[in-house]
Formats: sequence, structure tokens, C-alpha cells
Amino acid sequence: MSETVAVLDYGMGNLHSAGKALERVASGQRILVTSDPQQLRQADRVVFPGVGAIRHCMKVITETGLDRAILDVIDAGKPLLGVCVGMQALMDFSEENQGVDCLGVFPGQVTFFGEQHGDTGQRLKVPHMGWNQVRQMHPHPMWAGIADDSRFYFVHSYCVTGLPDEQVSGGCEYGIQFAAAATRRNVFAVQFHPEKSADAGLQLLENFLRWQP
Amino acid sequence: MTLAKRIIPCLDVDAGRVVKGVQFVDIRDAGDPVEVARRYNEAGADEITFLDITASHQDRDTTLDTVERMASQVFIPLTVGGGVRTLQDIRNLLNAGADKVSINSAAVRDPDFVREAAERFGAQCIVVAIDAKKVSGESERNRWEIFTHGGRKPTGIDAVEWAQRMTDYGAGEILLTSMDRDGTKNGFDIALTRAISDAVPVPVIASGGVGNLQHLVDGVIQGGADAVLAASIFHFAEYTIGEAKRFMRNAGIEMRL
Repeated sequence: MSETVAVLDYGMGNLHSAGKALERVASGQRILVTSDPQQLRQADRVVFPGVGAIRHCMKVITETGLDRAILDVIDAGKPLLGVCVGMQALMDFSEENQGVDCLGVFPGQVTFFGEQHGDTGQRLKVPHMGWNQVRQMHPHPMWAGIADDSRFYFVHSYCVTGLPDEQVSGGCEYGIQFAAAATRRNVFAVQFHPEKSADAGLQLLENFLRWQP
Repeated sequence: MTLAKRIIPCLDVDAGRVVKGVQFVDIRDAGDPVEVARRYNEAGADEITFLDITASHQDRDTTLDTVERMASQVFIPLTVGGGVRTLQDIRNLLNAGADKVSINSAAVRDPDFVREAAERFGAQCIVVAIDAKKVSGESERNRWEIFTHGGRKPTGIDAVEWAQRMTDYGAGEILLTSMDRDGTKNGFDIALTRAISDAVPVPVIASGGVGNLQHLVDGVIQGGADAVLAASIFHFAEYTIGEAKRFMRNAGIEMRL
């Protein structure tokens, strides 16, 4: 029987793009965009996308029981891909919106970029918006076929810091160093949007569909 | 590792067709925005901006359909602007696959609309488009005012103050068009671009007046723009996206090649 890949939809922003990009690279897998915790638990793989503010994201997934379902999927050892706010929600805590407790899958913090200054001493614009390079910190099946320092599309005002080195799979720099990709056993999470990162992004999604953690 | 500056081709779309024309050497139907967007994606465009100039209400459904088809085939960010008036308009565009929506006249009519939109959907997807025209005399200090309705309607609002207000309200990006330069091919209004870019904490897209590749460089280096938007130089194959990117990189600008 073919695999089912659930893309979590909790009613915010443009969450369908991840599903469309997965459909593009899928080979036989069924891509199911769903807000049903039960369908999430039954899926073979899960993508947890995210846009917007983390307080709202946490509120919605908690109220709908999706938070528990996400943790069950992780405990069951199934591959899970967090994207953008979906990555941030997997951390311990975010300082966005006066502080929000997150799912605690990773021990990292989500912090504001603040008044960073680039090499030129110029103030850096926030959101960090556009194509930045990702340094592959460790070999990982998710990086297969993707050149080191490839550019991916980012759009975010908060970033993940404070992860232990072995969990930082991809590094990025925008005034400060932050985690562009985090990994722990069957979980891989990225701050950038693979579904909007042209060929490199589609390759990463294809790698996710093949990943056997 | 440095964030790259962006090149954004802009498509004017009316009732589901690209207008003003787009000429690719080997493309049969240049009027289909999905096909055009796909070509630009292949050519290395960093984003696509889709400006819906449709007047009639029925044609809005065509727009949503076009956005949806585009989003299932083009995997780079897509901004849609033109006629965005309500939170439901934004919701519909995001659901169809737009990553960002651009708000112009509706923001002037009701500035709180931008605040509500940013709160609901997140600042990252709310672009405020500003059409500015110089109103100061030659010996005076530079001053620009914003115009609405395609540059026909003056508002008396100072462009720099307006840009600051819009970012205070939650706009995540400013799309800045010089009405004086739009269509002239004389280059961006550099002083305007610099004034706005220095005044706001969010990225600024420069637009209006691009006639050659040096103009793109000037917009970034002198104007301080984070992204440059152009239509005709790419549509009419005067330059390819790749040529523009190489030219900008040779001028010392970080680009995604």
C-alpha cells in the first residue's frame, strides 16, 4: 500500500504550498492536507508547516489537539518535517508575543533578530526575507543532492538559537548565527521554506519522502 | 553567508492574461501568466509579483484560478496585488497559493486595514505598495506624496511618513514605485528609494523606471533597496534574468545565481 504523507493544516496563511510542492516530487505517496489529529496519527509521514505568529499557531494546535498528535507522531518514530513556524513550535520557548511555551521537542529558544548590524554597519532589515545560504553542519540524508551553501528562501523575524551543536543540521547567518535546520532522530525542521526554494527546496522535500530515520 | 538581493519580474494580469505583452523567443503563448511565471522561475527569478489589474468582479475568480495554477507549478514566492480590499480578499488569495499580498489604495482609505491584516495573517505576508510622486520644487528639500488609483489620485500624504506608519502597523515589506519614473526607462528615483529604505526597518522593493542593468545596481547600492522589480526590460527580452544577476554580482552585489 502506498504511503500517506499528512500536511498539517491549522487554518493559517498559505499552508497549501507545502502540499503542492510535495505533490510535485511525490512518487506514489498520497499527499493529504488535513486538520484532523487522527489522520495525522495514521499518516506515515507528517509535514508541519507554519506561517504567521507563533502564539496563534500554538493556540490553534493546542485547542484542536493537534499538539498531542504531533508529539505522538514523533514518539512513534515517523518522519516529521517542521517548516518555519512549524520548526519554531518544536522548540522549548519563543519570546514572540511576550513569550510563548512551545512543544519542547528541541531545547532551543526562538528569539527576535533585533537590531542586528551587517558587515557594513548598516542596520539589517527584519523580516529576514529572501534567499540566504545554508551551511550543512553534518551529513544527513535530507541534504542528499543539495550542494553545501545552497540558497533557500527565508521569511521570518524570529530565529532558533541555543540548540546543542549535534542538533544543528544547517546553519545560517543574518547578523547573528542561527539554526536554519534542526534534527533529532526522526525529526527534521527547517526555518526556510523548501516549498518556495525552487530546485534545492524541491530536492529537500523529495529527500524527506525517502528518508528512513 | 549573506542574504542575496532579489530580482522580481512583475506581471500585469487582466482577466487571466498578461497584458503589456511578454516576449520570449521560444514561447508560443506569451499571454498565459502561469507559463510566463514558469519561464521566469526557470530563468532564476527570485520571486514573482502578479499585479491584478482586473476591474470587474467576475474576473476576480479568474485571478484566483490563475494564482492557484501558478502556485502548483512555480515554487518560488508569489506576491499578488491589485484590488485587495478586505480580509476575505487576502484569505482567498493566500488559500489560492499567494505567499504575500500587496495592499495599496485600501491602506490609504483605511490604514487600520493593514494592522488587522498583519495581525490576522502575519506581517511576513503583508506588503504595502506605495506609489509616490515628487512634489517639492527644485530648490526645496525633497518631498514625495503618495498617490492612489494608479497614480491618478493625490492624497497629500508624505511618502516617508506613510511608509513608517505602515511598517508600524505591521507591513512586512514595502513595494515602492516612483510615479515620476514609472515607464520612463530613466532609472529608479534613487533619492526616494534611499529616503524610504533608511526610514523603515523592513525590506524595500524598488520599482518604476528600470531601463538598463545599471539601474538595478543603482537601486541597490545607491538607493539601498533590498529587491528590484522590473517588467518591460525582462518581458521584451532586452535582458534575461541571468544577465541581470551576473551584472549585479559583478558590481559587488550578493545574488542567487
